[in-house]
Amino acid sequence: MNLLWLQSGGCGGCTLSWLGSEHGPLFRVLADEGIELLWHPSVSETGVDEARELIAQCADGRSSVDLLCIEGSLLRGPRGTGGFHRFGGGAQPMIDWVRRIAARARHVVAIGSCSSWGGITAAGINPTDACGLQYDGEAAGGLFGPDFRDAMGLPVINVAGCPPHPDWITETLAALAHGRLRAEHLDDYGRPRFYADQLVHHGCPRNEYYEFKASASRHSEQGCLMEQLGCKGTQAHADCNQRLWNGEGSCLRGGYACIRCTDPGFEEPGHAFETTPKVAGIPIGLPADMPKAWFIALAALSKSATPARVRENAHSDHLLRAPTVKRNKR
Amino acid sequence: MSARRVVGPFNRVEGDLEISLDIDAGRVAAAYVNSPLYRGFEQILQGKLPADALVLVPRICGICSVAQSAAAALALADAAGTVPPANGRLAANLTLATENLADHLTHFYLFFMPDFARADYAGRHWHAAAVERFRATVGSAPNQMLPARADFMRMMGLLAGKWPHTLAVQPGGSTRPLQSSEIYRLHRTLREFRGFLESVTFGARLEHVAALASRAELDHWRGQGGGGDLRAFLAIAADLDLWRLGRATDRFMSYGAYQEQGRRLFPAGLWHHGAAALDIGTIDEDISHAWYAAAGLPQHPGAGSTLPVTEKDGAYSWCKAPRLAGQVVETGALARQVVAGHPLARDMVAAGGGSVAARVVARLVELALVLPAMERWLTELAPGEPWCIATQLADETSGVGLIEAARGSLGHWLTVRRGRIHNYQIIAPTTWNFSPRDAAGQPGALEQALAGLPADATAPLPAAIHHVVRSFDPCMVCTVH
Repeated sequence: MNLLWLQSGGCGGCTLSWLGSEHGPLFRVLADEGIELLWHPSVSETGVDEARELIAQCADGRSSVDLLCIEGSLLRGPRGTGGFHRFGGGAQPMIDWVRRIAARARHVVAIGSCSSWGGITAAGINPTDACGLQYDGEAAGGLFGPDFRDAMGLPVINVAGCPPHPDWITETLAALAHGRLRAEHLDDYGRPRFYADQLVHHGCPRNEYYEFKASASRHSEQGCLMEQLGCKGTQAHADCNQRLWNGEGSCLRGGYACIRCTDPGFEEPGHAFETTPKVAGIPIGLPADMPKAWFIALAALSKSATPARVRENAHSDHLLRAPTVKRNKR
Repeated sequence: MSARRVVGPFNRVEGDLEISLDIDAGRVAAAYVNSPLYRGFEQILQGKLPADALVLVPRICGICSVAQSAAAALALADAAGTVPPANGRLAANLTLATENLADHLTHFYLFFMPDFARADYAGRHWHAAAVERFRATVGSAPNQMLPARADFMRMMGLLAGKWPHTLAVQPGGSTRPLQSSEIYRLHRTLREFRGFLESVTFGARLEHVAALASRAELDHWRGQGGGGDLRAFLAIAADLDLWRLGRATDRFMSYGAYQEQGRRLFPAGLWHHGAAALDIGTIDEDISHAWYAAAGLPQHPGAGSTLPVTEKDGAYSWCKAPRLAGQVVETGALARQVVAGHPLARDMVAAGGGSVAARVVARLVELALVLPAMERWLTELAPGEPWCIATQLADETSGVGLIEAARGSLGHWLTVRRGRIHNYQIIAPTTWNFSPRDAAGQPGALEQALAGLPADATAPLPAAIHHVVRSFDPCMVCTVH
């Protein structure tokens, strides 16, 4: 299968994340999976006139595209003209190129939260009227409309994340190349379920602090980040703490909140990103599928049961008390 | 009679780039650099809580993400009067240095060198080797470099949680306290990366490369042999005379890089045939040729505005035109090292001014200069001492964050009113280097560097133009933001 990658209203960070793949040289991995890179703006040799000609061929059907990957929001502004991004050494707006090529592509993959739903580029006053390919925030629609289906009957596949983990991208593309990705493998937002059916909370090393509601109140403390510092790991759909980032990282392991970057609308949480919004002392965003009454009851109970070790370590930036070493009774 | 030629999409740069060339008698009579993508971060930031800038600004750019975070953290710290503890300062240096070095590596292997594998050069004595080594996506070099880069980026997993787009870089320090066994793992990562650079990129000890003090020493070192991709580039540069290609203003600016105790590792300054004073207060952004509503005279970024318009006579880019005391400056690794007084950098520009070869060599020399500093910073970290202090921001305040990203000088100017961001103006490195003309008609640095190069209205674009454009390592997503 061949792959055409285009970028629009984003930061290029999805590509940069992807290039950090830790399973060998990415270009050879793609070739090994049977994916031929038709063109990618950051890495392909071909540029300017030849690239423009190639993209024109893809748009009018002279060249077929199997996998169309779009990175970055689609900019509809100003006033529906798409003029905030003209592409290809000419006057044509990028949204026109994307519409034309997508109409012929075998599959369309939104790489990152920008092309999935609008993302950060749609934050604030959304100056460019940015949206995703098939979503505008949480609403189905976006550039293509809710009814879009590719040549194989799939909607846009949303490899959401800001950025996505390199493996999310490669694994999705490999599944498509091998004909293994079907509609039932996508969740309600069109995200591949292999990573979106997990919660960021799963595998969080601050697990013990979470259990006892021993919470960090300031940056660099070791406690749970949910109660005070805005962490949405218990609600966010991704496997960030099971499939780690850049060796052994994740946002939570880095000491800062999960901002739910795989979800539509994450860019406008309605509160300070790193402060947990609460009503009557209870966080508004509760763990996924957890009844509020139980959360309150368990939080109260676990707080009263917090071991001193956990309570003290939670407010320190290094281990103050190690777990007690138990000796077997003889 | 000159002909206008539009060149785009210009690939293997970060983001979108298009250049219009007026071609007359087989030469570029005038170049017009267009940044064709506008996202409006300065508008997005208005009205936001100041701390939320730390989520938004890294997402200006996926390749200079930490640089944007660092500039924002510095602007917030300046506004709050916060000074991070030593661990926080060192962690910020390490995080930014990791990104900057990875960017230099990415530029050399993925963006810049593949141009020498082009068919244009078939028949040159080095071409077959360049095809095998540097050809885009299939050459041995990109496939060797990517795993080394990914291994090096394990620094980010420990220091910053992930890359790109971290929240670990805060005005009060770092959110990520490191314990001694983690520092040991960082040390191992640096040692591995040093091994890659010394065996693959340089064929020499980093300290040896960093100590090269003149063009003559560089040439002598190349002649000694020992392999490495830098020597391969130097052979190509000599054959194609890349030392005399792509000269711009020779006015070099650096805000200074990496905070040490009481100084910066590479000091700030301006160099124009000699050291000159750098007065940040004389920076203005001119929007006469950019698609923004004019608010009269050019504005200092502290009072700047960003109001996009769809049509405007004479405008041809979304990039504003920053000027230092009315002058065009060049920024980047070469400028940084010239200002900092590196003897090789000074000698390179004394001989031929800013050039394709000098810019590329300066970037690689910086790899050799900064990695040892990173090794030292690791030893200065003190587990158990504080990593981050609380920051109290007044409701009415302002701050400036000036740093050096891989590509050069990056500035954030922040004004807070009633506890919200009232104004946030950003001037990125490539805003300087790839600016359009100003009201006086002065072309930007790249526009000057392209003027006079051989070109034809219809024949394939000469490789030399590719080299000149990419020698600046442009980051177009930062440029306009």
